[in-house]
Amino acid sequence: MKEQKTPLLRRSWVQSLLASLLCILIGLLIGYIVLLIINPAGANEAIITILKNFMTYSRREAQIKYLGNTLVKTAPLLMCSLSVLFAYKVGLFNIGAAGQYVIGAGACLYCALGLHMPWYVCLLASLILGMALGILSGMLYAYCNVNVVISCIMFNWISLYAVNMLLSLVKESTSPYTLTLSSNSPGSLLPTLGLDNLFGGNSYVTIAIPLSVLIAIVIWVLLEKTKLGYELKATGCNKSAAQYCGMKEKKNLILTMAIAGGLAGLGAGLYYLTGFEQWSCTQSTVPDMGFNGIAAAFLGGLSPLGSILSSLFIQHISSGGAYVDKTMYCSQISDLISSLIIYLCGFVLFFKFAMNSWQNKREEKKAEKLAAETAAAGKGDDET
Amino acid sequence: MILLLQYTLIFASVLMLVALGGCFSEHSGVINIGLEGVMVMGALGGALVMKALPSGTSAIVIILLVVLAAIVLGAIYSLLLAVAAIHFQADQTLVGTAMNLLGTAAATVFVKAMNTAEDVNNVSSTIQYVEPKKAFLVYIGSFEFNWFMLLALIALLISYFVLYKTRFGLRLQACGEHPQAAASVGISVYKMRYAGVLISGVLGGLGGIVYITAGVSEWKFENGVAGFGFLALAVMIFGQWKPHRIALSALLFGLFRALANVYTGFSFLAALNLPSNLYNMLPYIICLIVLAFTSKNSRAPKAEGIPYDKSQR
Repeated sequence: MKEQKTPLLRRSWVQSLLASLLCILIGLLIGYIVLLIINPAGANEAIITILKNFMTYSRREAQIKYLGNTLVKTAPLLMCSLSVLFAYKVGLFNIGAAGQYVIGAGACLYCALGLHMPWYVCLLASLILGMALGILSGMLYAYCNVNVVISCIMFNWISLYAVNMLLSLVKESTSPYTLTLSSNSPGSLLPTLGLDNLFGGNSYVTIAIPLSVLIAIVIWVLLEKTKLGYELKATGCNKSAAQYCGMKEKKNLILTMAIAGGLAGLGAGLYYLTGFEQWSCTQSTVPDMGFNGIAAAFLGGLSPLGSILSSLFIQHISSGGAYVDKTMYCSQISDLISSLIIYLCGFVLFFKFAMNSWQNKREEKKAEKLAAETAAAGKGDDET
Repeated sequence: MILLLQYTLIFASVLMLVALGGCFSEHSGVINIGLEGVMVMGALGGALVMKALPSGTSAIVIILLVVLAAIVLGAIYSLLLAVAAIHFQADQTLVGTAMNLLGTAAATVFVKAMNTAEDVNNVSSTIQYVEPKKAFLVYIGSFEFNWFMLLALIALLISYFVLYKTRFGLRLQACGEHPQAAASVGISVYKMRYAGVLISGVLGGLGGIVYITAGVSEWKFENGVAGFGFLALAVMIFGQWKPHRIALSALLFGLFRALANVYTGFSFLAALNLPSNLYNMLPYIICLIVLAFTSKNSRAPKAEGIPYDKSQR
C-alpha cells in the first residue's frame, strides 16, 4: 500500500486560503450591489477603481509612488493584526488593539514633538506604553476577573481622550492637528535607508515596512517554534489544564496582553513617525486601524504570515476607496466592504466544516465505488 | 441644576434601554457586542422617518412612526448576529465587532448617498430634524421632559416582569445558563436565542434614536454613536444582568456622562478649569474601577458566548 498523502483540499492552510478568498469575493459582491443601488451608472467603474487603487494612475512613476503610500499604511495595519491574532491564539480577544494603537501614537508623537527625542526612543516609548495598557487589561482579567473585551473597550476610549489631551500640548495653534515632524523634529523621523528612492522619492517609505514584515516572521517563530509559544497556546486552549501542567496561567495571560499591546503600540510608532499623518486633537472616534487589524487577522486565517497578505489587501481596497468618483459615491464604501469581510470571517469555521463534510462524502462514495468494483472483480474471478 | 437632571435622565434612559437589550441577549446565551451598530441602525431609521414626515404631522403620529422605524431597523440588523451566532456557530465577539463597523459604515454610505442625490455639493453625512424633534419634548417649567424617558421606564418595568414572572423569561434564562438542560425538557434553544437577540435589537434600536435626539437636532452618522453601546454593556455588567440594578447603574453612568455636557454651568467645576476631555473620560474610568472591584463574583449567565451544540449533552 502506498503511503497516503493528505489531499490538497484537506490541508488546513489551503482551507483557510479558500475560505478567505470566498469571504473577499462575497464581500466585494455585496459592495458591488450596494454601488449598483446607489447609482447603477458608475458602479462598474467604481468597484474597479477600488480594486485598482494606485494602478488608476497611468504613469508608472506615480503608480510606484502611490504603491509606497499604501505600503506605509499597511505596516501599522499588519502590526495591529499581529496584536489581535497573537492574543486570539491565547484565547483572548484583543479588541483593545485600537486603544493600544492610540496610546502608542500619543507616546511617540509627544516624545518627538514635545521632547525632541531621536526616532528609536520615540519608537520605544510607543512600544512601552502600548505594553503598559495591555498589561493593565491582562492584570484586570487575571486578578479581578474583568472581561478582557470590556476592559479593552473602556481603555480604547480612555486612551483616545487622554491622547487628545496630551497632544493638545504640541498642536498647531490654528488647527486641531499636531505639528509636523519634518519641520519641528526631523531627528524623530524614521530613517529611510534609501527605500524612498525605490518608490520614486516617496519620503514616507521608511524602514517601518521591512521592520513590520520582520516582526511578523518573529511572531510566527515565537508561536510555532518556541516553548513559550507552546505554553501560551496551551493556556489559551484550556486554562485549567495548563495550570495543572505547571504553567503559570496568570503570568501567561498578562504576558500575552503585554506582547499584544506592545505590537499595536509599536504599529502606531511605525506609522506616525513617518510623518505621513498628523494627529487631530479633536477626534471623537477611535481610529479604525485597530479594528481593521481584527479584519486582517481573521482574513489571514490567524496566521502571522497570512496576515501579511491580508493586511496588504485590506489596505489596498481602503486606499482604493479614496479614488472613487466623489460625485456619486463616498470613500466609506471601502469601509463597508472591509466590515462585510470581517462579518463573513465569522463563517470561516462553517466553511471549513462544510468543506470537510463535502470531502468526506466524496471519499465515502469513492470507497463505496471501489468496494463495489473489487467485489465485482472478485465475482468475475470466481466464474472463470 | 435642572439641566444636569435633564441630561442625566435622558442619558440614563439611553443606557438603560440598550443595557436591557444586552441583558435579554446575554440571558439567552448570546453576547451582543454589536449593540453599538444596532444603535446606529435604529438611529438611522428614526432620523429618516423624522426627515421624511411632512411638517404639521401631529406629535403622536411622529412619535409612533419614529419609534416603530427605529425598532424595526434595529431588530432586522440584529438578525445578522442571530443568524451567524445561532445557526453558524460564529465567534460572537468577532461578529459583534464587525456589526459595529458595518453599522457606522453602512449608515454613512447611505446618508451620504442620499444627501448627494439631493444636492451634488452636499457630501456630509448629517441628517437634520429640528422641527420633528419638538414632538418628543414637553416643557414642565424649565425642565425639558422627553417622552422617551417614560418609554424607558415602561421598558424597564416590562423587562423585569418578562424576565422573572413569565414562562418565556424563565425559559430564556435557562437557555443562557445551561442550554442542553433546557433542550432536554423540550425548550427550543434556537427559538429562545433568536428571541433574545431580536429583543436586544428592538431595545438597542430604540436606544439609538433616543441618543441622537438627546440634546441635539442633527446627527453626523460618520461618528456612529460614540461608544455608547459599549458603555451600555458596562452598565449591564455593573448591573449584574438584573433589570432593577441596571436601572440604578444607568442612572449613575448617565450622571457622569451628563457632567461632560453641562459641567461649565457649575461655577465650582468650571473654576477647576479641567480640560473637557477629562470629563469625557470619566464614565469609562469609573466603570473600570467599579468593575475591578465587583467582578470577582460575577453573575454572568453561564453559557453566554458559547455556541449551542446539540450533541454536547
